[in-house]
Amino acid sequence: MIGNFLDQFWSLTFGGLSLGFIYILIALGYTMVYGVLRMINFANSEIFMVGTFATIIVIRDLFKFTQASEPATGLRLWLVLATALIFSMLVSGALSMLVEIVAYRRLRRMNSGVLAPLISAIGVSMVLAESVRILTDSRPVASPRAMEKKFIGQFFDAGIRIDNTIIVTSALILFAVLITFVNRTRMGKAIRAVSMNPNAARLMGINIDGVVSATFLVGGLMTGAAGFFYTLKYENTASNIGFELGIAAFTAAILGGIGNIKGAFYGGLALGLLETYASFFLGTQWKAVTVFVVLVLVLYTRPNGLFGEALTQTRA
Amino acid sequence: MINLRDKGAAIWENQGRFGRIGIALGAMTVAAALPFMGGTILNTPIADYESVLVYPIAMFVLMAIGLNIVIGKSGLLDLGYVAFFAIGAYTMGLLGTRTGLNTWEILPIGIAMAMFSGIILGVPALKLRGDYLAIITLGFGEIVRIVALNLGTLGRSEGIINIPTPPGIFGIEYRFDSHRIYYWTLLMLILLAIWMVRRLSVRRAGRAWESIRQDEDAAELLGVPTFKYKVWAFVLGASVGGAAGVFYASKTLFIAPDNFTLQISILILACVVFGGMGNIWGVILGAVILGYLPDRIRFISDARLLVFGLVLVIMMNLRPDGLLPRKKREKVLPNKEKP
Repeated sequence: MIGNFLDQFWSLTFGGLSLGFIYILIALGYTMVYGVLRMINFANSEIFMVGTFATIIVIRDLFKFTQASEPATGLRLWLVLATALIFSMLVSGALSMLVEIVAYRRLRRMNSGVLAPLISAIGVSMVLAESVRILTDSRPVASPRAMEKKFIGQFFDAGIRIDNTIIVTSALILFAVLITFVNRTRMGKAIRAVSMNPNAARLMGINIDGVVSATFLVGGLMTGAAGFFYTLKYENTASNIGFELGIAAFTAAILGGIGNIKGAFYGGLALGLLETYASFFLGTQWKAVTVFVVLVLVLYTRPNGLFGEALTQTRA
Repeated sequence: MINLRDKGAAIWENQGRFGRIGIALGAMTVAAALPFMGGTILNTPIADYESVLVYPIAMFVLMAIGLNIVIGKSGLLDLGYVAFFAIGAYTMGLLGTRTGLNTWEILPIGIAMAMFSGIILGVPALKLRGDYLAIITLGFGEIVRIVALNLGTLGRSEGIINIPTPPGIFGIEYRFDSHRIYYWTLLMLILLAIWMVRRLSVRRAGRAWESIRQDEDAAELLGVPTFKYKVWAFVLGASVGGAAGVFYASKTLFIAPDNFTLQISILILACVVFGGMGNIWGVILGAVILGYLPDRIRFISDARLLVFGLVLVIMMNLRPDGLLPRKKREKVLPNKEKP
């Protein structure tokens, strides 16, 4: 078992890394909103699901790839990938803003506590998941292969697959852009101000509604990118995938300390690797259990997550 | 906005002893007469109306009353309530098929098992607050399902079949298709649960939960043993869920991990919040509506969950405190820190 593990260590690690980066991007959707509103954005998982479908629409309907067609090469490949990425991000970002307006805005103005928005968000996720389910006839949808998944290098014994490489590099770039946005721009500063103290921020003349919208937009953009990467890696999707990945990504956000952007990064990585190793040792059916046991242990020793703020003083 | 809760409470409080007994008896009669309304407008188009009354409606009401102790009374966000339901059901399934015990004998065992797992989960988890508690309970619910799905003794994905029906008592026979009998038995359980919650609410436990929900730090500083009462709320909630589970297994005769998904936890949570957290009558109303609605609108079969989701969004936006909210004086003061 151990010998096998060592043999496969690097290929497992690469797979786990790319899964981890997908988790990071979804977890950012949860953590950004949580940081500003102190509220679980339950609909984020369905925004991710819509993102995966947006990717398929670009590849299948815009560029007319079919299951039988040749994968693209060269410049055309990069054009297809870039279009799909940007389209998924825009669709998810816009949807995320829409969800905020429909499900949360009125309740936020009424100052209605935490549970009413949670139920409202559950309602919105049901509407999204069910609409897509009806549109797709409850069937999983396979994505045509736009890119040939070849190995571009060798690391010890493991081949480095091109899709994993693309996922990891582009996710890193997106993450760097997000960090710069939050730390260096005027809007980023406003987001941080609202997350620290909404009332003081309002008194300083910050437009709270605008900041909240921007937060949902950024969270949605990241989640949409995750949808694109997921489709690239697994090449199929269904109307019910949001749930499972959403729970995992939310766990990642908690693991790193929810509300903390760097926490989402390390939490997502840790979760992706952990899940991959755990399913190697115990079989895939136990991976969720392992993840939750680790989560409980982490929260027990570090109640704020690995990098979290003092959430113990925050109310549900 | 009209506050039905306070109007209703005013009518109740202005009645004398006989008036109250009259109202209570009237309500019970209406509830008990529901199985006879099958031919009327209440009928569900595709599913058998009387079986809909048993599951989901009556079962949801029972579970929502249990979950209300945890969320509505003491303000602890539990997203894995289905775990206790599953534990009750699997206790019934295992003991009912492997031993000679009957449903009435297994009922206390199932409740005890659910309470015990409530302690196991509650003692570590209730030290955490807020959203961490939510994710831990959610994880627990999933773990119970995954364990049931992967352990050979629990039947894996095939589940447990041939679970015995309850033996007859007082000359009443429980056949698997006599839905009315099950429904009336459930009504008894529901009355018992309502009685338990109402007695506890006006006693020390109820006041402790109330103070924990409003401000846990202040309660702790004033000498309320908050941790103890949080575990109590959790365990009592679990016991009701366990009872519902035992009865569910004995009614459907067949259980599988698919019956105990997170969706159930979320639906029950929706019942509690939709009806009016903390107010037991609101919670019951919420469970009745949310249990009934998906089957009533089955004629739009494919879109019924979509409509259900829309109803949730619209209702929460119009009445964020639920249909029948708790009394004004019991509300938490709005938190000024929130945006």
